[in-house]
Amino acid sequence: MTLQTPPSPHIHSGIHVSSLMLRVIAALIPAIICYTWFFGWGLIINSAIAMLTALASEALMLKLRKRPLKPFLGDGSAVLSALLLALCIPPLAPWWITVLGVAFALIVGKHLYGGLGYNPFNPAMVGYVMLLISFPLEMTRWMPPFILEQLEIGFIDTLGVIFFNHLPYGLSIDALSSATPLDAMKTDLGQNNTVSEITANNALFGDFAGTGWEWVGTWLLLGGMYLIYKRVISWQIPLAVIGSLFVISAFFFLMDPDTYPSPLFHIFGGATILAAFFIATDPVSASTTPKGRILYGIGIGIIIYVIRAWGSYPDAVAFAVLLMNMAAPTIDYYTQPRVYGHARGKD
Amino acid sequence: MRRLFQFKGGVVLKEHKKDATALPVQPARLPPRLILPLKQHIGNPAEPVVAEGDKVLKGQLIARAGDAICAPLHASSSGTVIAITDQPVPHASGMSAPCIVIDTDGEERWRPREHHVDNFAELSAQELRGIIHDAGIVGLGGAGFPAAVKLDPGGRPVDTLILNGAECEPYITCDEMLLREHALEVLNGLLMMRHALHAKRCVIGIENNKPKAFRALCEAVRHSDADVEVVEVPTIYPAGSEKQLIQVLTGKEVPSGGLPLDIGIVCHNVGTAYAVYRAVELDQPLISRYVTIAGSVAHARNLEVLIGTPLGDLIEECGGNRDTLHRLIVGGPMMGTAMHSDVVPVVKGTNCVLVESTSHDVPLPSRDAYAMPCIRCGNCADACPANLLPQQMYWYARARDFDKIQDYNLFDCIECGCCDYVCPSQIPLVGYYRYAKSEIWNQEAEKRQADLARERHQFRDFRLEREKKERAERHKKKRSAVTQGGSDDKKAAIQAAMERVRAKKSEQDSTPKNTDNLTPAQQKAINDADQRREEKTATSPPDRPQ
Repeated sequence: MTLQTPPSPHIHSGIHVSSLMLRVIAALIPAIICYTWFFGWGLIINSAIAMLTALASEALMLKLRKRPLKPFLGDGSAVLSALLLALCIPPLAPWWITVLGVAFALIVGKHLYGGLGYNPFNPAMVGYVMLLISFPLEMTRWMPPFILEQLEIGFIDTLGVIFFNHLPYGLSIDALSSATPLDAMKTDLGQNNTVSEITANNALFGDFAGTGWEWVGTWLLLGGMYLIYKRVISWQIPLAVIGSLFVISAFFFLMDPDTYPSPLFHIFGGATILAAFFIATDPVSASTTPKGRILYGIGIGIIIYVIRAWGSYPDAVAFAVLLMNMAAPTIDYYTQPRVYGHARGKD
Repeated sequence: MRRLFQFKGGVVLKEHKKDATALPVQPARLPPRLILPLKQHIGNPAEPVVAEGDKVLKGQLIARAGDAICAPLHASSSGTVIAITDQPVPHASGMSAPCIVIDTDGEERWRPREHHVDNFAELSAQELRGIIHDAGIVGLGGAGFPAAVKLDPGGRPVDTLILNGAECEPYITCDEMLLREHALEVLNGLLMMRHALHAKRCVIGIENNKPKAFRALCEAVRHSDADVEVVEVPTIYPAGSEKQLIQVLTGKEVPSGGLPLDIGIVCHNVGTAYAVYRAVELDQPLISRYVTIAGSVAHARNLEVLIGTPLGDLIEECGGNRDTLHRLIVGGPMMGTAMHSDVVPVVKGTNCVLVESTSHDVPLPSRDAYAMPCIRCGNCADACPANLLPQQMYWYARARDFDKIQDYNLFDCIECGCCDYVCPSQIPLVGYYRYAKSEIWNQEAEKRQADLARERHQFRDFRLEREKKERAERHKKKRSAVTQGGSDDKKAAIQAAMERVRAKKSEQDSTPKNTDNLTPAQQKAINDADQRREEKTATSPPDRPQ
């Protein structure tokens, strides 16, 4: 009879890394369905390509780094990164864009830094920024909602577009594509139009942010709320991102509503909600103290607005997240909570 | 109604308290052999006052307290001391330590009564503490600090005496059963403690998952008309930790590295109060306690167990199988210690024996053997009742960066296990913190030793230097004594000697030389020679060396 003598505690809540990741993935699913409804099968196909690439890259790197495959392939983190990146890629982008982006995200963004738990930057955003800078053309070929449905481009046709760059009826991709609402807003504002002029004459702009996008955002918001409710993510980062973006955009909107779009447009247009609940909350690369999370989120909100309003990119979520990833260790160091029994105001 | 406060973090655990509270408490079977470790408390081991072969009576002193922080030890039953030797003791390392082993005779014969206290209020605080000390009472909540020491505020004012009946760990129900069955005695013990401390207020804190115990206590307070508050606190682990209970009941925090007494609070366990009552009122030293036996046993229950009873005997008595043991935990599942063997005895601080066997399905879901990397999710920080950042401490413990880990206040960690419990990467966090703490203690001990050695070396250098100086000083003194002359006799002697030398010299000068009596011719020849020599010297060229 040999008794086991592990250190205390002798019980565990049973929570796993994989259960956290699976919950996040589950929270994305309604938004993915909604996205598919508005923009066609592209996202589903891209997600499949991305997940396969992610698992292959992960397995390759684990083999090279002599780490066990099973616990890490099963932890769900690679699949989640792949899904998040697929959500950021235009739905009709060629397959190699997705493969390249995801492979770069996992190999360079994750494993070269030490794998799960050691990457200072959000891998999905690393992959996305690499793609955006290297392949600006492919990465900005977005589509207006329902265009594929109107053209009766189904699942098989979409596969053809993604894998063989082949469109039926002799159509070209450029003919299909259009700017995102954020992009259109930026371009038109640059031509001295007012916000109300821009939104009035364009079907891209929906009820409060952008047709289709606003509903994807709403589902992401609901998914994010579920994650907070389940305590998978903490409330501080999403609230700080959205709150700071709301405050700063409201300030400029109230000063000059002709030049600055409404806070609602900023929050539901583009990838704000995705970033606030699903990307900025990636625990590995985010700030981890309660106060630090708030500062980190505020930083992201402000950078998003600054780049959108005065920078050269229409959206800025990826840059904002990566910049704040860099600041996270410093933020953590200076926002240590007051420990029980230590005097208030001191360390 | 007392306003309650909240401590930060904590976790809600499955209680598993129903089984062991179904049956009333009864005395455990008398074991054939009792193993009584000499050190069942914080401090130095007690010193045996019996020898092998001695017959002892129940309650008889068998080891006395050597110094201030120590507790004496009494025979839990009558019998024969068969050995005073090293035996396995309940310790995480599975180590052995000196124990007095008694073979019981089954007669349970008590030693004669030594004192009668009719009214404890007539005793001085010092006398009361004396009785408590002599009864070998230590904190029964688990830490095992000698109770008499903790009941001596050393002249500092005590505002509140808190009696801890929270019992926040799953499975453990010994305090609950004690309160249900002996609320009045516990209350009397509390009043005795209050008398020893001159405490202004008394509060009993009890988790709100024990309504029967709460009602029993309230009834006892009403019955005895004592000025004692009984307060229910929310059931959140670790509400029964001293620091957290103080925070919940008073809103105050024990200063880091300090004692509750620093903020005018003293905290004792309900079991300790009961032991105090028995010592003062009944003249019974601490020889038994309530113990919960739970887990893979047919009849989970609480027993009144003699100190020194081997765990295996209890497992058998409760219908457990000693051959299929897998894990044996002394204490609760969160902070208890896994034993290396079931021959170790129940000691004064043993509140629970948690049995897990391979043949029995016990819901003790332990963490995975394979720990994933930390993903910095911060669940641990959210759960930490000390408001630490366990994820950072883990990082530095792994890196063996023991300076940095202390910057993150490692020593404020109470090892409650909340961080570990909620960690999705299933990292044995508390194990890492314990490792870091013991490494730091070792380093400090080494440093102290090195400092001592250096000090010794420096002192040796200093001593050699001093001796050298002293020697030099002595020489100098001697020399100066010689030259300047010490006494007049010496001076006179020297003077005389010098006179003699001079006289001799003048005498020599007066002796005739061969040039004294010269003829004029001889004198002239000499003069001529002298002149020639002088001329030669004068004419010699100046550049020629002479």
